[in-house]
Amino acid sequence: MMKVSKYVLYDILRSKIVLAYTLFLLIVSLSMFNMEENSSKAMLSLLNIVLIVLPLVSLVFTTIHYYNSYEFIELMSSQPMSRTRIIISEFAGVSVSLLSAFLVGVGLPILLYAPDETGFALLLTGMALTVVFVAIAFFASVRSRDKARGIGAALLLWFYFTLIFDGLILLMIFNLSDYPLEKITLPLISLNPIDVGRIFVTLKMDISALMGVTSALYKDFFTSSTGLLFTIGIMLLWTVLPLWLAIRRFNKKDL
Amino acid sequence: MISIEHISKRFRKLQVLEDINANMEKGQVISLIGPNGSGKTTLIKSILGMVRPDKGKITVDGHVISGDHSYRANIGYMPQIGRYPDNMRIGQLFRMIENIRGVAADKQDETLIRQFELEKIYDKPMRTLSGGTRQKVSAALAFLFDPAILILDEPTAGLDPLSSELLKDKIIAEKKKNKLILITSHILSDLDELTTHVMYLQEGKLQFFKDMQTLQEETGELRLGKAIARIMKGEKLTNEWIDKILEVKKDEKIY
Repeated sequence: MMKVSKYVLYDILRSKIVLAYTLFLLIVSLSMFNMEENSSKAMLSLLNIVLIVLPLVSLVFTTIHYYNSYEFIELMSSQPMSRTRIIISEFAGVSVSLLSAFLVGVGLPILLYAPDETGFALLLTGMALTVVFVAIAFFASVRSRDKARGIGAALLLWFYFTLIFDGLILLMIFNLSDYPLEKITLPLISLNPIDVGRIFVTLKMDISALMGVTSALYKDFFTSSTGLLFTIGIMLLWTVLPLWLAIRRFNKKDL
Repeated sequence: MISIEHISKRFRKLQVLEDINANMEKGQVISLIGPNGSGKTTLIKSILGMVRPDKGKITVDGHVISGDHSYRANIGYMPQIGRYPDNMRIGQLFRMIENIRGVAADKQDETLIRQFELEKIYDKPMRTLSGGTRQKVSAALAFLFDPAILILDEPTAGLDPLSSELLKDKIIAEKKKNKLILITSHILSDLDELTTHVMYLQEGKLQFFKDMQTLQEETGELRLGKAIARIMKGEKLTNEWIDKILEVKKDEKIY
């Protein structure tokens, strides 16, 4: 497995897009920490960037990478190598490159300026979201042969997870406000990895006290170790499921 | 070595392959010919497991190929258009495939690498190569691991006359080693000196699969090009040409 991932990784690192992404994250995080005198305020701004930019970059970059390395995938599939191994190698290569960009771009500043529990929660969330959206992007791009359609699908997915889904949840909560919704919001939220990440990090911050009864209910849950396990579990599920679907689809596909 | 049984493949509305049956044995050099879009490449890709046929089965060395990838260790494949990762260098490409195949260096056949003088340009990234050089890389890669089966899709297209001759000599040398070689080409004069069998596909149907001698006898042509042209013009594949010559013309008197 590593044999091929190594070359995938090398190919990605040479294209300099990941380098630009690392620099962008680094500049944003450093300026956040330097502009705000209060580091928790900076964390909040950084959280919003992580939740919006990370999924977008992971989705778009993975999709473009997949279509650009289509020939490479073809070449590999004519070698004595199973298709499952090919796609997992590709997945590993892309994930590692984006993860290292995140760890350098956001991880280093956090270690320097805010090495506390919230900081590590943000790091964990960012890493998980990167891997999750790489997996989702693989699933979307394996399904469509056409590059334009693949990138379109990736963007649509990003809109869905960052905007549409939250809108739907809000709509539902407003319309059904007469009913006790505390219990079902948690499973509903799990349908969106970005929301899970957002709640996981915000509830570690001081401002969570300002967010009302529901928040108080969740604060107990998310700050406990069960909450941590729950978050990790949901993120894992969101990685494994799309990846498994992508592999299944890829195995039946004509190259 | 390769047996194809009742293979059919449909891409949406287009029937690309229809009930193909063939048995290919060691020592044969099979020319796979047919008009553009007749399903030649699809048939080759089916043998390589890159296209999954809708019906039928293919066995290589007695093993059914679906779900197993190890049989590809015996196959060297040269694609019609060799496309490789942009940033990878030629040397790296060879090393990577070597890693995957796990063939010891002393068992590798570097004749073509030497003859095409690829070692000199080992440091060049793939994206800077011309079409012809890519073809050379593809050819060298197909022959490198001394496989028992060679599948060459338009091997001489895009090669300069000298390289084309070198490649043909190499194919003849491999033929003498009792290998199974499957070639598609539109340049029939290239195939003349190589081929032992001819497989003719049209609109996804196997029109015939015959050895050269039978074909020559049936069409009355010694050159493959002329024989095929005769068939493409729609003349029947029987011994009727003899009858035609001996036919009594209307104004001819029989004494």
